[in-house]
Amino acid sequence: MSFPWANEYKPSHPAMVWLDEKLPLPRFVYNAIGAGYPVPRNLNYMYNFGVLAGFCLVIQIVTGVVLAMHYAANTGVAFNSTEHIMRDVNWGWMLRYGHANGASAFFVVVYFHIFRGFFYGSYKAPREMIWLLGVAIFLLMMATAFMGYVLPWGQMSYWGAKVITGLFGAIPLVGEPIQTWLLGGFAPDQAALNRFFSLHFLLPFVILGVVILHIWALHIPGSTNPTGVEVKQESDTVPFHPYYTAKDGFGLGVFLIFYCAMLFFAPNALGHPDNYIPANPMQTPAHIVPEWYFWPFYAILRAFTQNFLFFPAKLMGVLAMFSSILVWFLLPWLDKSPVRSGHFRPTFRKFFWLLVIDVAVLGYCGGSPAEEPYVIISQIAALYYFAHFFIILPLVSMTEKPLPLPFSITEAVLGADEAAALAPSAAPAE
Amino acid sequence: MTETAVAESPNDTAQGVRRRDFIYVAATGAAGVGAASVLVPLISQMAPSADVLAESSTEIDIGSIQPGQAIKAVFHKQPVFVRRLTPVEIAEAKKVDVASLRDPQSLEDRTKKGKEEWLITMGVCTHLGCVPLGAGEGEVKGEFGGYFCPCHGSTYDTAARIRKGPAPKNLEVPPYEFTSDTVVKIG
Repeated sequence: MSFPWANEYKPSHPAMVWLDEKLPLPRFVYNAIGAGYPVPRNLNYMYNFGVLAGFCLVIQIVTGVVLAMHYAANTGVAFNSTEHIMRDVNWGWMLRYGHANGASAFFVVVYFHIFRGFFYGSYKAPREMIWLLGVAIFLLMMATAFMGYVLPWGQMSYWGAKVITGLFGAIPLVGEPIQTWLLGGFAPDQAALNRFFSLHFLLPFVILGVVILHIWALHIPGSTNPTGVEVKQESDTVPFHPYYTAKDGFGLGVFLIFYCAMLFFAPNALGHPDNYIPANPMQTPAHIVPEWYFWPFYAILRAFTQNFLFFPAKLMGVLAMFSSILVWFLLPWLDKSPVRSGHFRPTFRKFFWLLVIDVAVLGYCGGSPAEEPYVIISQIAALYYFAHFFIILPLVSMTEKPLPLPFSITEAVLGADEAAALAPSAAPAE
Repeated sequence: MTETAVAESPNDTAQGVRRRDFIYVAATGAAGVGAASVLVPLISQMAPSADVLAESSTEIDIGSIQPGQAIKAVFHKQPVFVRRLTPVEIAEAKKVDVASLRDPQSLEDRTKKGKEEWLITMGVCTHLGCVPLGAGEGEVKGEFGGYFCPCHGSTYDTAARIRKGPAPKNLEVPPYEFTSDTVVKIG
């Protein structure tokens, strides 16, 4: 599971020796995120975001469990119990703002994490399973975030629930029965709110389980690194602790500055004022938009305005929206270039940045009203999005001439300095 | 595999199937059916409960609605639009070539005989379920003079038929009947 030169766990205290024989949990931690896990020595700050995502999951679980102690999932009182948390519960405002902005922060770091993977080819063999599990985590996150947004039972909560469950109504023949089954009624109501609360409490723990599988799969080949060259020798790696615990700790501090700035100075900047109006089934808000982290996918959903062959526009939009994420599952097999890192792929690198711009444009259109010019722009951007994965990536990986790769990570970091490369270990004396 | 199996088990038939295999298949099969049958209540509990399904109907007094006006009522916890069309709107709806529509229906198909000035539809956009604008005083009616859904831009005409935008169907006509000249019973 690790490189042969990994440090071995050697408990010295008798109590730890005793524990190691009965339940080697400290050994497991030592080998997973301690000094027993060798990591490429050249990871840059883009590699911080996995740990940050894990930290966000902890924020969400801790604040969420506490909020659930004060919230009531009943259509009659859900909105008022949310306001009760904001006004009456000690520190309730901080816990709720921390949870709401924690969701946004979670998506910010996960998007960095995903695009880091796009750029450095982290999805390529032998790391396909890590990538597939990561996409599964992202889908679970989307479901969890959606259901959590319904719980305050404001106008955006209600209409978001109606629109998103309406997506299932687009499935031919069985769509409407499925929608009714999901909601437990003909429109979002008590049954829907109560089950969304139940699932919103459950899914984060499912995510936690898949995160453990994600890290387990990661520890088999070990991390990629910015050169994309595999670890060859001991001098290519440093122990996770103290090197990356320190680096991740610094990244965490920077993250917390931004998170706390949002939490304490602009807690509603990413929310919608409409959600401070209690849910009203008789009136749709003038401009329904999901939370910002769904905007690119929402723009793809709305890009289909005409029937196409036998497919109604509504079904096309729904299929395209789901496909825009499901295509990530195919990524390891669409990009066949043997070179991982974008640093050594000049053509790929340009298209990578075009994709970043394209997703940003989709996001902007998804947050705008359903009118021109946003509709036509999102149509073009959606077309480009799919072209990137299905046409550009396979073509580029077939035709591109990559730059010469360094012989090893050590050479990439230290040049061809023999003395440095032959140093027995980068680890500090123990 | 067959060699050792033959040597160890005198119950083998010529096909290499042992009598004990039947017990394996029967036991795991019964356990599988038992486990699968538990799914029925677990899945079914999510469907609408009896109180949600309980038949409900709404009676609406339409006596005070003038031509060109509309009201919103509630049926199945969702809005219903009751609209009294003006002669101009009726003429406009009849002018359209039905075959050219996405969901081909004439105004006659969508209203009761002799009462075609009364357009009664669900106020639920067939795209993703928003409440279209156009029934309330001063709301946008869209370029076809009927209803306009602000969510994704679906536009309905004066017979509440889909004309433009992503919605696949015309606004649904709920079951209803006129119990008198001024009262309509929905459901």
